[in-house]
Amino acid sequence: MSRISQAIRGALLMDFWSAFGLGMRYFFKKKATLNYPFEKGPLSPRFRGQHALRRYANGEERCIACKLCEAICPAQAITIEAEPREDGSRRTTRYDIDMTKCIYCGFCQEACPVDAVVEGPNFEFAAETREELYYDKAKLLENGDRWEREIAKNLELDAPYR
Amino acid sequence: MSDFVAQFGVWGGFGMAVLQILGFVIVLLISLAFLLLMDRKVWAAVQMRKGPNVVGAFGLLQSFADFFKFVFKEIVVPAGADRSMYLLAPLITLILAFVTWAVVPVAPGWVIADINVGILYLFAMSSLGVYGIIIGGWASNSKYPFLGALRSAAQMVSYEVSIGFIIVTVLLFAGSMSLTHIIEAQAGGFWNWNFLAGRALIEDGWPMFIVMLPMAVIFFISALAETNRPPFDLPEAESELVAGYQVEYSSTPYLLFMVGEYLNIVLMCAMTTILFFGGWNPPFELDTSSWPYLVSSLWYFFWFAIKVVFFFFMFAMVKALVPRYRYDQLMRLGWKIFLPASLVAVAVVGAYTVYGAQG
Repeated sequence: MSRISQAIRGALLMDFWSAFGLGMRYFFKKKATLNYPFEKGPLSPRFRGQHALRRYANGEERCIACKLCEAICPAQAITIEAEPREDGSRRTTRYDIDMTKCIYCGFCQEACPVDAVVEGPNFEFAAETREELYYDKAKLLENGDRWEREIAKNLELDAPYR
Repeated sequence: MSDFVAQFGVWGGFGMAVLQILGFVIVLLISLAFLLLMDRKVWAAVQMRKGPNVVGAFGLLQSFADFFKFVFKEIVVPAGADRSMYLLAPLITLILAFVTWAVVPVAPGWVIADINVGILYLFAMSSLGVYGIIIGGWASNSKYPFLGALRSAAQMVSYEVSIGFIIVTVLLFAGSMSLTHIIEAQAGGFWNWNFLAGRALIEDGWPMFIVMLPMAVIFFISALAETNRPPFDLPEAESELVAGYQVEYSSTPYLLFMVGEYLNIVLMCAMTTILFFGGWNPPFELDTSSWPYLVSSLWYFFWFAIKVVFFFFMFAMVKALVPRYRYDQLMRLGWKIFLPASLVAVAVVGAYTVYGAQG
């Protein structure tokens, strides 16, 4: 009996018509598309994107060359060399992040005692060559200057949960 | 046409024919570009996406952007491929898809070659189309294309048989193999279209729609199989064969395959329209004899185009909705269901034309 009813259903294309009705319902539904380069979705304050080295308000760089980030980095993407500056403060002479090695785990940000290295909200830094993704200290400080407002806001929003 | 030859001589007639063909091909290609976009928009809408919407207003120029992308890419010929055959295959597909359109009447008198065995020609040319696929699959010298080519050969042969029988039922109704006659026989309102066959019911009392309605559906499904569209896209099943016979193709040859394939799809929509849904006939007959020639022709062309676009929409919806058939299911459907059904239909329509039809 079920075979016969199945045959009748098949002959009348019942499966197709019910699918067609469903398809037409979805046809006129509101689209879920986000027009990406023109519209962007929301990002969490904890979003871990492109790295940046931050400065204090007086323009002094925060990093004290403690090398905790270099030590904790699971991908060993960070390379730091440090020397005392003329005024006696300990500063980095080299701070490189190989963005092709980085796995964006955020440990460097967690390890930093002075909130110097952070992962900002920027994720649109694709480049055409690998060399462009070997970030040096100048590039990281420039990122920090460019994204400081967003980074500071995100840190403030996330502070109650730390 | 013959008046024209008398007036301007053979070369004038030749030039006129070339102009007609050029005009037809250009209109066909441009409408194809928008039909391709419609295809993608329909799938997108069913999946709650927006589809291409960046190039031009609403993405209207997307197909043209794709065209330039294809043309400017590099043609890669695989090592060990039969170079001449490899490049010949997409040309065969494209040219056969184009020449088939020569006999398709789009409005009264608007046809390049109104030959009296038009439907035989159409059938022959669309059957030859399988050579493009087989040659392409074989000449690629690669495993997946070869598998795809073999599948498409078996598939197209199986479904051509039932398509042939379905066409015979329509021929028996019209009593002619000329596409123009087939369309003219369906004039006078939508109930006279072959899928309802109202003339048989009203004049002779034979409810032929019981046979012709399923035939129209079977023809549509066979057309899906004939053009390698989902749910019968086994020759290019992307989850199994990557892209089947097209795997090794890139750039312009791939574009030619694509255009040929879509031309065949639109042709099958036109065939469904002509054979079962009245061709250029509007659903309610209007007396257009007093209208200017161009206006009445465009009026009929409008109805032809709208029906073709509707069936193209159905092609797209089927692709969006129906999962792919397994190969044995495909063969079972073709040989065990469609073939006997269309054979019975030929017998019934034959009985009607012998015993039922007046005159």
